[in-house]
Amino acid sequence: MSKIIKYVFYDIIRNKIVLGYTLFLLLLSIGLFNLSGNPDKAILSLLNLVLLTVPLISIIFATTHFYNSYEFIELLVAQPINRKKIFLSEYLGVACSLAGAFILGVGVPVLLFGASITGLYLMLTGIFITFIFVAMAFLASVITRDKAKGIGIALLLWFYFALIYDGIVLFILYTFADYPLENATLVLTALNPIDLGRIIVLLNLDVSALMGYTGALYKSILGSLWGIGLAFGLLLLWIVVPYISSSSIFSRRDL
Amino acid sequence: MITIENLRKTYGKLQVLNDVSVSFAAGRVVSVIGPNGSGKTTLSKCILGMVLPDSGDIKIAGESILKKYAYRSQIGYMPQIGRYPENMKIRQVISMIRDIRKDVKQVDEELIGLYGLTAMYNKSMGSLSGGTKQKVSAALAFMFDPKILILDEPTAGLDPISAEILKSKILKEKKKGKLILITSHIMSEVEEVADEVMCLVDGSVKFHETIADIKAQTNEMRLSKAIAKIMNDEED
Repeated sequence: MSKIIKYVFYDIIRNKIVLGYTLFLLLLSIGLFNLSGNPDKAILSLLNLVLLTVPLISIIFATTHFYNSYEFIELLVAQPINRKKIFLSEYLGVACSLAGAFILGVGVPVLLFGASITGLYLMLTGIFITFIFVAMAFLASVITRDKAKGIGIALLLWFYFALIYDGIVLFILYTFADYPLENATLVLTALNPIDLGRIIVLLNLDVSALMGYTGALYKSILGSLWGIGLAFGLLLLWIVVPYISSSSIFSRRDL
Repeated sequence: MITIENLRKTYGKLQVLNDVSVSFAAGRVVSVIGPNGSGKTTLSKCILGMVLPDSGDIKIAGESILKKYAYRSQIGYMPQIGRYPENMKIRQVISMIRDIRKDVKQVDEELIGLYGLTAMYNKSMGSLSGGTKQKVSAALAFMFDPKILILDEPTAGLDPISAEILKSKILKEKKKGKLILITSHIMSEVEEVADEVMCLVDGSVKFHETIADIKAQTNEMRLSKAIAKIMNDEED
């Protein structure tokens, strides 16, 4: 299996998109750390930008890569290799190279300018988000054979999780403002990996004091080590569920 | 060597394979013929596990191969239209497959030599003509000395000399006791290399007999006429 991952890596390194992505993240982080004197502030701005761009680039790149690797996959399925292994290799190859780009592009500046526990959470969140959105991209790719449709589904997923979902949550919060919503908000957060990642990082910054009662509730639940563990556990679930479902669709599908 | 039992496959509403039951013995060259869209390619893809049948069973050497993958080490497959990663060079494709199949000690490079592929090693797969891609597919199919060869319209895009090279290679491998399945539309070619003919029409086996039997039954000297006769008789 490591052999197949090796060839997936080769392929990704040869097209320059991942390199461009690394440079983009590097420029972004160094710029933000230099613009704002306070590293905490820089991490906050970085968090917002990372939570918007990392899912988008991960999901679009992974979807196009999957469709472009169709020939490669077709070549391999006639060989004595388990289909699930081919799929896992593709997944790990794409997700690890994007995560590597993220670690280089964001991790190095954070280590240089703002090494802190918050910085570490930002890194972990970014890596998890990469793996989650690559898994979603693969799910979108195995659902349909049509490349344009697949990319459409991927974009819709991004729109939903990055933009629409927050709107829905705000709508719910305003409509039911007279009811105690603390626990409901907690559940709503768990249903969106981007929000989950945002909260993990925010709670380690002072700004969480501005989030009112819900912020206090978050802090009391997610502020502890147990809570952080739970949050990352949920993120892990966000990787596993789309991955398992896409892998089983792929292995039951005609090529 | 291969036994297929009551194989069925539908794509949506279209019944591609309808209760196909046949068996092929080792050391034979079997030609699978039939009109376009009669299920020839689907049948070979089922044997390879690329297409999963709705019901029925496929056994190789007595063992069911459904949901397994290790058995594919015994099969060499040459697709009808070989599709390869466009940015890889011929050399990279061949060395990658060989890297994946490192367990095979004996590598057969005869076709690489006969087709002069080494001279084109640095051409990328995307820039190759259909015929050259076919040559790469053929070289890969024969490379690991498989017991079963599945060739899907092998000579369709090849020039006459290359087709001749492939035919003699097929006959040579047959002598080693291999089972070779060929789908083809060219009857003269079928007559040249095959021992048996299996005819699929609309996903069912129309007949599966040796070429000598077919000729004897129809009193025809040429296979193409004999087969045309059988097809016409059934229609009347």
